[in-house]
Amino acid sequence: MKHYIAFFTLGILVSGVIKSQVTDPGVVSGNISILFQSYEEDSLIGAVVPPGKSGLNAYSNIIYTQGNFTAGLRYESYLNSVLGFPGRFKGSGIGYRYARWSDREVGVDVTVGNFYETFGAGYLFRSYEARDLGRDNAMDGVRLLLNPIDGVAVKMVYGKQRLDFDSELINGEGIIRGLNAEVNLNDLIPGLEDAKLRITPSYSFVSRFQEGGNIVKDTLILELPKNVAGWEYGASVHYGMWKGGINLSKKINDPSADNGYIYKDGEALMAYLTGNIKDFSFLLQRSITDNMSFRSDRDLLLFDAPINNIPSITKNHTYNLAATLYPYATVINGESSFRGELYYKLKRGSKLGGKYGTKMNLVFSTSYSLDTTHFSGVEGVVNGYQRNSWGFGDSLNVQDISIEIERKFSKNFKAKAMYMNLQFNTLATPVTTDFKGIVFADIFVLETQIKTAKRQSLRTEFQALFTEQDKGDWATAVLEYTWSPHWFASIIDQYNFGNQDEAKRVHYLYGSAGYINGPHRLSIGYGKRREGIFCVGGVCRAVPASSGLEVTFTSSF
Amino acid sequence: MHFNFYKAYRAAKRLLIAGVLISLMMDDAYTQSIPSVELKDLTGSSIDTGTLENDGNPIVICFWATWCSPCKRELNNYMDYYGDWQDETGVKIVAISIDDSRSTNRVAPYVMSSGWEFDILLDPAGDFKRAMNVINVPHTFLYNGAGELVWSHNNYAEGDEEELYEELLKLAN
Repeated sequence: MKHYIAFFTLGILVSGVIKSQVTDPGVVSGNISILFQSYEEDSLIGAVVPPGKSGLNAYSNIIYTQGNFTAGLRYESYLNSVLGFPGRFKGSGIGYRYARWSDREVGVDVTVGNFYETFGAGYLFRSYEARDLGRDNAMDGVRLLLNPIDGVAVKMVYGKQRLDFDSELINGEGIIRGLNAEVNLNDLIPGLEDAKLRITPSYSFVSRFQEGGNIVKDTLILELPKNVAGWEYGASVHYGMWKGGINLSKKINDPSADNGYIYKDGEALMAYLTGNIKDFSFLLQRSITDNMSFRSDRDLLLFDAPINNIPSITKNHTYNLAATLYPYATVINGESSFRGELYYKLKRGSKLGGKYGTKMNLVFSTSYSLDTTHFSGVEGVVNGYQRNSWGFGDSLNVQDISIEIERKFSKNFKAKAMYMNLQFNTLATPVTTDFKGIVFADIFVLETQIKTAKRQSLRTEFQALFTEQDKGDWATAVLEYTWSPHWFASIIDQYNFGNQDEAKRVHYLYGSAGYINGPHRLSIGYGKRREGIFCVGGVCRAVPASSGLEVTFTSSF
Repeated sequence: MHFNFYKAYRAAKRLLIAGVLISLMMDDAYTQSIPSVELKDLTGSSIDTGTLENDGNPIVICFWATWCSPCKRELNNYMDYYGDWQDETGVKIVAISIDDSRSTNRVAPYVMSSGWEFDILLDPAGDFKRAMNVINVPHTFLYNGAGELVWSHNNYAEGDEEELYEELLKLAN
């Protein structure tokens, strides 16, 4: 008997050794998101009820990790998809699945199945998801990340891209092949590891294969290239908290629906600098993109299967009026843009800064068309136009100048004020069909936060937008009450009080309440909303336009 | 009694296996540690999130973005207490910006002008956000000194910092 106990004990000891050294049973984690929306007819705002009367989008990611091994999947349901999301997303099934093995010691990381990846700033390749907007261009194939020596990182991707979902993942037609190499000179060259100056050059190459064919333009029969190639040289330089960078990208052989099937080369140049001097910090950025739309399928448009991403020059608006009425999107065929941002902090305890300090920022961004000359005749049919310089063209796409001041007055009260002057060309970013041309608008915002009791607070926003164009003047009021850490209630009213047409002076009224418990969050809302970034109850998400009842539940585990 | 070596060997083997299995089943409580993703900090250095540690003291990981007002309110409020919290609990706050290529360059100037003393990491492709199963921002995670997840919270309302502080005190005691 003694022997048996001894063996049993030995077994337990062995398992302890196994557990501590080899076996760990692995960990399962994940999240769930459910969005239910029911619709109501509203002829005033033109809201229509789809045949199913309601929509449901849901997904759950499940990740299993054991040591260096990870596997995951996402189950998605669109029953039917909520309005504002790609309407052809249908049914339930697995939209994302992968297995990954990663060993940092030897510098090898390999994924088969779906993955997201970005090269540099994404001007040439960005596979990305914005789930709350239904945008997803996940890769489906193989990714290999290598760190052959310290300071050198190589990424290789090969696969197709998500285009659609109909009870299963549907990929676009093209095959994408990409290589990116980044060299961190400080980690590569001994003795420079801790230098303040850090220099990181990079190189990317991306190509797409798609079956060709011929197209007829005017009287010309043109051959569609099967292979499109793009490449990018980049470098970033850090000096303490200062940072600068430059990217030059090029793409050839890509006649597409976006560019009217011309064979002109695509080019992009982006440079930026950020830094600080005393209490000021700043950002300067200049970018020129010319014919850089790049998709898995040359015949697709809008949000479908982009291989790259050209970021918008304007800042993401936090406040509802600017965010929902005039959100700027990059002009995909080309634009020349600039932004400058200046931040300043008035010290705590100074005369102007007050007891808790005051923050200010000034933002300027602008985007114009390119400086181009259009060809005529055969040259025009084949190559379209030529760019004359890296400068600005004649036509304004957008310009905004804003100033924001934020101050904490006491332990229980703080406030923020913003003014923005906006010029927005609705021909460049077609956000409205009511007006074609440049909208000139002045936007004022006052936000306050009052602590009303222990763990309770009231937040208010008053916004006004004044313009002679488009739908005229708007105002928004937001009241939000929170009981930390579990409850919130809010009401928002967006009112088109200055519309020329009195019948269209509509209130977009939306109320919501919710409960949060740790990583779980339930919220119920009712009313009308315009599309944009919507921040309520302490979280922000991008939402499509809607009218009716909305229930959302999100959870991480 | 005749000693059957073969039988004894088989019994011993079974007991050994049973011991291993029973012990493996009586596993420690289910714990999540910080997943490993390579991110860059504001000086351009690469950091493996799986190696984040704080000398056995707690770590708070906050997901935020420059366009997210509640996130900025949360971190600005934490900053008011950060010195005290560090003295009392040794905590380190790591703020993960999920700003994508459109706004990631705004992070450094915003952070500098806000006087944040947190460790800032950039997650422009959302890799760490995905690995941590974050859906919306802000989302805040608290890890104990052993690197185990002990608390998380999705959203921010004024006063939530008091709950976090209570959780920190529990770990400190």
